[in-house]
Amino acid sequence: MKESKFSLRVDLKTYMMVIALVAIWLIFTGITGGTFLSPRNLSNLFRQSVFTSILAIGMVMVIITGHIDLSAGSLAGLTGGIVSILHVWRGWNPYPSIAVTLIVGLALGLWNGYWVAYKKVPAFIVTLGGLLVFRGALVGITKGTTIGPMGELFRYIGKGYLPQYGGIILAVGGSAYFLYVQYRTRKGRLKYDFEVLPIHLEILKCVAAVTLIAVFVSVMNSYQGVPVPLIGLLVLFFIFSFVTKNTVFGRHIYAIGGNSEAAQMSGINVARTTLLVFVLNGLMAAIGGILMTARLNAASVAAGQNAELDAIAACVIGGTSLMGGIGSVGGAVIGAVVMASLDNGMSLLNVPMFWQSIVKGLVLVLAVWFDVSSTKK
Amino acid sequence: MDQIILETRSITKDFPGVRALDSVSIKVGRGQVLGLCGENGAGKSTLIKILSGVFPFGTYEGTIVLDGEEQRFHSVADAERKGIAVIHQELSLFGELSVAENIFMGHEIARRGVIDWNAVYAESYKWLRKLKLDDVRPTDKIKDLGVGKQQLVEIAKALIKRSRILILDEPTASLTGTEVELLLGILRNLRDEGVTCIYISHKLDEVLKISDCVTVLRDGLAVGGGEAKTLTERDLIRMMVGREISRMFPARTVKPGEEVLAVEGFSVTDRLTGQQLIKDVDLRLRKGEVLGIFGLVGAGRTELVSSIFGVPPGRKEGRLYLNGKPVTVDSPRDALKIGISLVSEDRKRYGLVPTMNVRENITLAFLQRFSGTLQLNVNEEIIAARRLVKELDIKTPSLETKVVSLSGGNQQKVIVAKNLIAETEILIMDEPTRGIDVGAKHEIYNLMERLTENGVSIIMVSSELMEILGMSDRILVLHAGRVTGEFDNTGRDVSQEDIMVAATGGVVQ
Repeated sequence: MKESKFSLRVDLKTYMMVIALVAIWLIFTGITGGTFLSPRNLSNLFRQSVFTSILAIGMVMVIITGHIDLSAGSLAGLTGGIVSILHVWRGWNPYPSIAVTLIVGLALGLWNGYWVAYKKVPAFIVTLGGLLVFRGALVGITKGTTIGPMGELFRYIGKGYLPQYGGIILAVGGSAYFLYVQYRTRKGRLKYDFEVLPIHLEILKCVAAVTLIAVFVSVMNSYQGVPVPLIGLLVLFFIFSFVTKNTVFGRHIYAIGGNSEAAQMSGINVARTTLLVFVLNGLMAAIGGILMTARLNAASVAAGQNAELDAIAACVIGGTSLMGGIGSVGGAVIGAVVMASLDNGMSLLNVPMFWQSIVKGLVLVLAVWFDVSSTKK
Repeated sequence: MDQIILETRSITKDFPGVRALDSVSIKVGRGQVLGLCGENGAGKSTLIKILSGVFPFGTYEGTIVLDGEEQRFHSVADAERKGIAVIHQELSLFGELSVAENIFMGHEIARRGVIDWNAVYAESYKWLRKLKLDDVRPTDKIKDLGVGKQQLVEIAKALIKRSRILILDEPTASLTGTEVELLLGILRNLRDEGVTCIYISHKLDEVLKISDCVTVLRDGLAVGGGEAKTLTERDLIRMMVGREISRMFPARTVKPGEEVLAVEGFSVTDRLTGQQLIKDVDLRLRKGEVLGIFGLVGAGRTELVSSIFGVPPGRKEGRLYLNGKPVTVDSPRDALKIGISLVSEDRKRYGLVPTMNVRENITLAFLQRFSGTLQLNVNEEIIAARRLVKELDIKTPSLETKVVSLSGGNQQKVIVAKNLIAETEILIMDEPTRGIDVGAKHEIYNLMERLTENGVSIIMVSSELMEILGMSDRILVLHAGRVTGEFDNTGRDVSQEDIMVAATGGVVQ
């Protein structure tokens, strides 16, 4: 049947991004004489990519819906400021301070979404306004100071590592889950008499995935263990991959981005769905803000500056179309890892900051050019 | 034919996997109109693209001969220099710019890069007069003109380039009857002045009316043609589809049952201008019935049906009853929930999500049906989509094919399929066959018949009189937002004249 053939081709495009990432890694490994691929550096690299990845997960949904969010970095900065004020200045327990901060994130996402979805102000403008408003609010409430240090729990979620056995449990659990999903999908397709992969390929795929998980965890364990913030990212990645691919809401956001008028005519509540996307994006920015503050052990007025641009770049490198309707959470995360790899590799090589910026900018343009020229025809 | 101005000799053009043109030879006499007919995909557009330099010399086999000389067009500009201009179906005008700016776009009268506006306006004025656009000023913005006038501006734009051969691709697709007449009149004048035309249209009556000769393409072959006065529409259709369509419209076997939908006192007022778009319209629809709604452009056809579907173009008043019970429909969502669907006249804009594949488009409106508490069941989706693709005979390589790569007729079927996922009771079809070829039209008509057999009631809005007369059990005619005529057409015996009289606001006794 033709359906299965096509899905292989789609996968190929996803693999292309992974291949590009691996190529970047190999180049850096070569130049750094292996330092790049050392467990210590990989551990750092993943930790560095967490913040941009989380913002990119929220951002990719916004972009798929056909909008943009320029305020994500300011929002992350502001929520980071709020959590540290509550925790450090007010002496709140970490949990309620995190909870309140997440609610603030939702509320500010709601603010952006309300103007875009119900008042029809272009998202570019609404969130450009948000960028200024949230940054201004951050400077105001922190009185321009740096607030820290954070408590024990924050340091753990920002910089901690799972113990060795925790990593192993994670690997076993992750593998079991993967195998279960594969099994269920295959059984489902067989039940409907659809074509499935030949069993040997299926087994090969499972073996490859399980090996990958095992290698990943053992590399992390050979340094200090799996970084805690990375687990947060993995959880969010699975949740939002699922949401965008396997739920009605997810399908609706693709439809709205592809053609919002047709979506409206198909009975989709365009305004409410758009609002919800912005709310989720606000939540992601708040989670990102908390993790960033936790990692830096302090909130500062400049925190998260330009982070929205990194997130947008990550989405675009990951194959998201700024016209809406096309993109994926997985792609956005890979894009974020690509960006982090460039940062990390060039830092290892002591490339001056200005060169890093120039290289990242060029990579962004080249990545999109490659995408455009390969999909044309 | 006294003198051949343009000739193609054995033009063959291959695309990967398809031969779009197979040794096509056509001849056009100076100052004549050649009608070019064929179904979508027959090769008309490919031929035009070769003649106009879009496909440059070397990408095809065969020769183009203009005025007895072999031509090698390497670009569109080459073809334009030789006097060949194409007026495309979708106009390439700039809405925000003035008429004069549009006419001279790319050919501005300028000295050292500075535009001589006086000359531009004077020239524009001259051409506007020539094309009988007496009430259009060169400074008017294009977006303020009707489609018919825009079409003429497009022709002016071609003429200032001293084009000797005008290729018109579906020029009347969005024109009203009077605008069509005007256009045909102007083309005749131009012809008398020695301008040669190639006229491409699905509207066969127009083709026969305007052309001196007709060539029919089918599957990349020139399958026939001849002098227009020796041909009938039926001849053309036979050549186009390669078989006799004995009956364009299916025989009706359905006897309409009891009333399913009643619309009472529907009025729609434009919020900005306060103009009444729909005035006090009553409408009844019976089970299994095809109700045709006819009207000229501006009569309020689309406004009426989109109001029923919950997207009124203004403030709406009136009552709606479904199976005798009053219902409120404030959005497409409400309408779909109670079994009213709409197939919009503008497929691209309101019907399809171009980034999605066939399956996703088909299931979009009723996705909830394929969802458990959380997760979509893609397998069920495939089953449902596959069933409809088979039922409606949608020609697609697979369910995962992007919907935009299908032909117009198949796209239309995808939209219909989308509305049949759920138990649709009332299907509103706004211009169901606009821009699709004869064969696909025939299939859509058969599909409508089958749907009514299954108890679906159809409201069909159309500006094609033949379609209205051939398909409807009952016909409602609108003029200026009011119902000006209602005809029982069970016996298919309503005359075109009666409908037109009502559509132009006259009274039928």
